[in-house]
Amino acid sequence: METGFINAFWYILISAAVVPLMLGVGALLRPKQKSKGAEAMAYECGEEPVGSAWVQFNIRFYVVAIVFIIFDVEMAAFFPVAITYKDAVMNGNVALVFGEIFLFVGLLVIGLLYCWVRGDLEWVKGLMPTSTRGRG
Amino acid sequence: MQPSAAFAHALNDSIGVLPLWSWAAVTAALVLFLLALPFAGFATFIERRVAAFFQDRLGPNRVGPEGILQFPADAVKMLAKEDFIPAGADRFLFNLAPLLVVVGALSAFAVLPLGRALIGADLNIGVVYVLAVTTLIPPGILLGSWASQNKWSLLGGLRAAAQIVSYEIAVALALVPPILVSGSLQVSTIVDAQGWAWGAENAANYHFWNLFYNPFTFVSAFVFFIAGLAETNRIPFDLPEAESELVSGFNTEFSGMRFGLYALGEFGDVFVMCAMFTALYLGGWQVPFVNLETFWIALPALVIALIHLTMFMAKTLSLVFIVMWLRWTLPRLRVDQLMGLCWKGLVPIALFNVVGTAIWMWVFHGQSLPQLLAKAFSG
Repeated sequence: METGFINAFWYILISAAVVPLMLGVGALLRPKQKSKGAEAMAYECGEEPVGSAWVQFNIRFYVVAIVFIIFDVEMAAFFPVAITYKDAVMNGNVALVFGEIFLFVGLLVIGLLYCWVRGDLEWVKGLMPTSTRGRG
Repeated sequence: MQPSAAFAHALNDSIGVLPLWSWAAVTAALVLFLLALPFAGFATFIERRVAAFFQDRLGPNRVGPEGILQFPADAVKMLAKEDFIPAGADRFLFNLAPLLVVVGALSAFAVLPLGRALIGADLNIGVVYVLAVTTLIPPGILLGSWASQNKWSLLGGLRAAAQIVSYEIAVALALVPPILVSGSLQVSTIVDAQGWAWGAENAANYHFWNLFYNPFTFVSAFVFFIAGLAETNRIPFDLPEAESELVSGFNTEFSGMRFGLYALGEFGDVFVMCAMFTALYLGGWQVPFVNLETFWIALPALVIALIHLTMFMAKTLSLVFIVMWLRWTLPRLRVDQLMGLCWKGLVPIALFNVVGTAIWMWVFHGQSLPQLLAKAFSG
């Protein structure tokens, strides 16, 4: 049976064509001159930008990205087990599949607890251990 | 059941003439240009009117009757604006970013079940397809913000990336209970199973909306809706845009039609989120308590398709209205509260719902709460 991936491909193709189409129609209508000098400056509330905007940023963003990757890969492996569960409920060997679901969820819970205890889920992670905080 | 529910097959069966792949292209263009783009434009207008009524003022009501021509006027204005790229920006990434956002939001329309015969592409991995293509949005936002060489943009883009990827986990986990219940990733199969109606045969084969399947799916639906709001950067989760702190966040340097494309991506994503909620939890195109496929009068296919479309749009647009309602009701969260809510609130609750639904299905042998109640009351 034709599964419709070609149809889905058309959606991706046409939605990608929307962007050049709209900007192209705009090119016919809009004035040709370009902003120069102070007009073309990045908008930082009217101040002249100090330095480049390509700066180092908070390490927390990397930690969130790493936690996401681990969880997302785990999720991708979880969907195939999830679709077999109904069949297992109807046909008897439910304990095996339930065990697998429990294993997957258990792994996610252990990972989540590990991050939680380590303090990786705190957005502002203290530099000092909690026990010494507030004494100095 | 028909051999295939895809819209292209239905058109090919009734009109023919052209090869099937060209009907697929025609339907894709129809859905995108007659549903997705007008919805996004109309939603900006409705949002302003709704906002006005919540604030006891009139809102845009001058262009056309009740201001209904406001959004074409806005579109023309955006098209006529200068195509602005700030000095020092990375031009290639600046051009690429809106493309990723628009493709991410619009290509998800392929699997939205507008009706039994009105699905663009009835993929057997439909739910995963939506998750996969909407994942193009955070890199688009991040690249665009980084490329515009503006500190407000960079902060907004980083917040958007961290927020969207975190809430993606909660969304994916909240999708699992309906998948467990119907045993399929195909959106049409998931919707079909929710067509509960009066009559012994119907009651045995179908369960009611997944929202009411059991207490766990009920909670899971709310987890999905909250996480979906965060995925689409709507208030109370609009920290990436946060106009009181970041000017306009990730789209500060995007003006004219480029801003319009970001808005298109955002409203397209809101529609996809609400439509997936409808399909997975609110029975999609199904009319409550009536199953048109097992109805006692055989209705013509066109009538069924129209009823399905009306039901689906009514449910989805009500959800879109709730999204707008929340915007003018709730204050914005702080960034640490946002991350805490996701990882310490929604993700554990969603994991609990998955195990809870699995245990429910095991104990009650795959029967829903409405089915058990109906059985109990009928003796």
